Amino acid sequence: MNPVATPWFFYALAGLAVASGVAVITRRNAVHAALALIVTLLSVAGLYLMLYAPFVAGVQIIVYAGGIMVLFLFVIMLVNIERSSKERQFNRMWPVALAAACGLAALFVSAIVKGRSLFPDRMISLPESSNTQQIAGLLYGEAGRMGQYTFAFEIASLLLLVAILGAVIMTKKKI
Amino acid sequence: MVTSFMSYLGSNLTPGTANNQLWALIYVLIIFAGVSVAVICMNWIERKALAHFQVRLGPMRVGPHGLLQPIADALKLMLKEDIIPAEADQFVFWVAPLIGLLASFTVYTVIPFGPSQAVSDMNIGILFMLGVSSLGVLGIVVAGWASNSHYPLIGALRSSAQMVSYEVAMGLAIVSAILMTSLNASGTGSLSMIEIVRAQQQQHVWFIFKFFPLGLIAFFIFAIAMVAETNRAPFDLAEAESELTAGFHTEYSGLRWSLFMLAEYAAMIAVSSIAVTLWLGGWMRPFPNLLHAPAWDFIFSLFPGLTFGGLAAIALIGTARMPGHSFFRIQRIGLAGFAAVLGFIALLLLVIAIAGWSADSSVASRFNQGIGYVYWFVLKVAIFMYLFIWYRATWPRYRFDQLMRIGWKVMLPISLGVLMLTAIWALLEPIVWEWLKVHL
Repeated sequence: MNPVATPWFFYALAGLAVASGVAVITRRNAVHAALALIVTLLSVAGLYLMLYAPFVAGVQIIVYAGGIMVLFLFVIMLVNIERSSKERQFNRMWPVALAAACGLAALFVSAIVKGRSLFPDRMISLPESSNTQQIAGLLYGEAGRMGQYTFAFEIASLLLLVAILGAVIMTKKKI
Repeated sequence: MVTSFMSYLGSNLTPGTANNQLWALIYVLIIFAGVSVAVICMNWIERKALAHFQVRLGPMRVGPHGLLQPIADALKLMLKEDIIPAEADQFVFWVAPLIGLLASFTVYTVIPFGPSQAVSDMNIGILFMLGVSSLGVLGIVVAGWASNSHYPLIGALRSSAQMVSYEVAMGLAIVSAILMTSLNASGTGSLSMIEIVRAQQQQHVWFIFKFFPLGLIAFFIFAIAMVAETNRAPFDLAEAESELTAGFHTEYSGLRWSLFMLAEYAAMIAVSSIAVTLWLGGWMRPFPNLLHAPAWDFIFSLFPGLTFGGLAAIALIGTARMPGHSFFRIQRIGLAGFAAVLGFIALLLLVIAIAGWSADSSVASRFNQGIGYVYWFVLKVAIFMYLFIWYRATWPRYRFDQLMRIGWKVMLPISLGVLMLTAIWALLEPIVWEWLKVHL
């Protein structure tokens, strides 16, 4: 199967992700920022699709764009936006944030430059039709054997369950 | 271009899988046109059926039996002044209907109207459908907020709470159906819509009847949740006209409002086709394995033609029953013309069915098969669409606390239980069979 993932698509999606990512932090109106964040998440999902990881892309759309962002918007809508967008920002942390962002960017660049031998030099085409099953094999095990990451996966889900229970107990005085 | 057009004709794959962009585009256009026409038909049928449920006549003035009413409505909506409230957030107000429309139409890329009659066969088909259709709620939420008005905001809050809660039960019901696909001989399940239907064919059972009554219960949970997901009566609290005037689209008018309606009806068709694909055997005709002889194939391939013939007969009866007064002459001619068009389609379909059966030419028989697949799929979806109307005419609207209680305290536990029982049954069944084989 020919890869449909052309560089053009990559640059379009990556550009969209970066542009809307910038919009997330520059918009003063929180709803506009949330909408821009949705565009970022969706274009990242598109990048996952180009990497032949359809399952990850689907989960990205369901969990982030469809689930978490709806809850974000739900909360933001109840805030009085007009007042909060007119208020002066009193937080003066932007130099720290700038330094941290530059450090992170430097880390990424050095990882790409130094680890060039680790990355494949051309696009490899993976079997798209079976990698959802492979993820399941890694997480849950296959053919009677325990998967490589079963324990970590189950621990993570237990942690999430504890967090949910904690949130419910803290918000409800009487259960 | 011609070569890529011709090369696909003999293929058994969907255009997306065969990597044929031209045919993918053709399929997209056909589906877009088909869904738009279906929404127009649905609009007329809904108004007529609701009227008859309530012992009224419904639209009667525009065209014979109001047949041209949807076209008149569409014209009216397009010519209406498009108002954006002064206090609204202009950009978000503008973009909100488009989000809903995009979400509900993108879903159609993976809906399998037949084994090769889909735009693409995605490996994650059902996951993609769930994800993209859950984006539709964003359009509603954002529309309610951008209107900067009380009723739309309350409507948007209600609908987002409702959709988020019912998505949970819906997802669990879907998972229990996906679990059943892994019971093939090969032992691997699939999220692909086409493979889900194939699994039902291999296991010789629609999933609604599998592990009776577990499949049936999962189907019922989905059927309830999908009404709530699409904000239709009796779960239409988001647009409860007696409380919120029109809910989230109160401030919308003209074309933008009609985009919301188009998105809602397209989403209804989309969720109905999920239900058909997962539980009702998708494109398969009744008893594809039991009544497998070529003669049965021929008999079932007559159904599309006969359906259109029946519609033509109804239109003819309507023509005959028109009052004889000269005032109704144009209407009578129009209805007779409509009957003639339907009859012509029926004749065409019957000719194709007979040609596909008798001729050896593979193109005719493939075409005939394709018509059959699409016909059975659309028929099953149409039953759901009628159910949507029936619900709306029959049941009163739920109160918000009742809605939440049903979603979280009834549907969620039942769907969780069904999921667990399905898994246990699937594990135990082969063991029990082995035991019976040894000991009996």
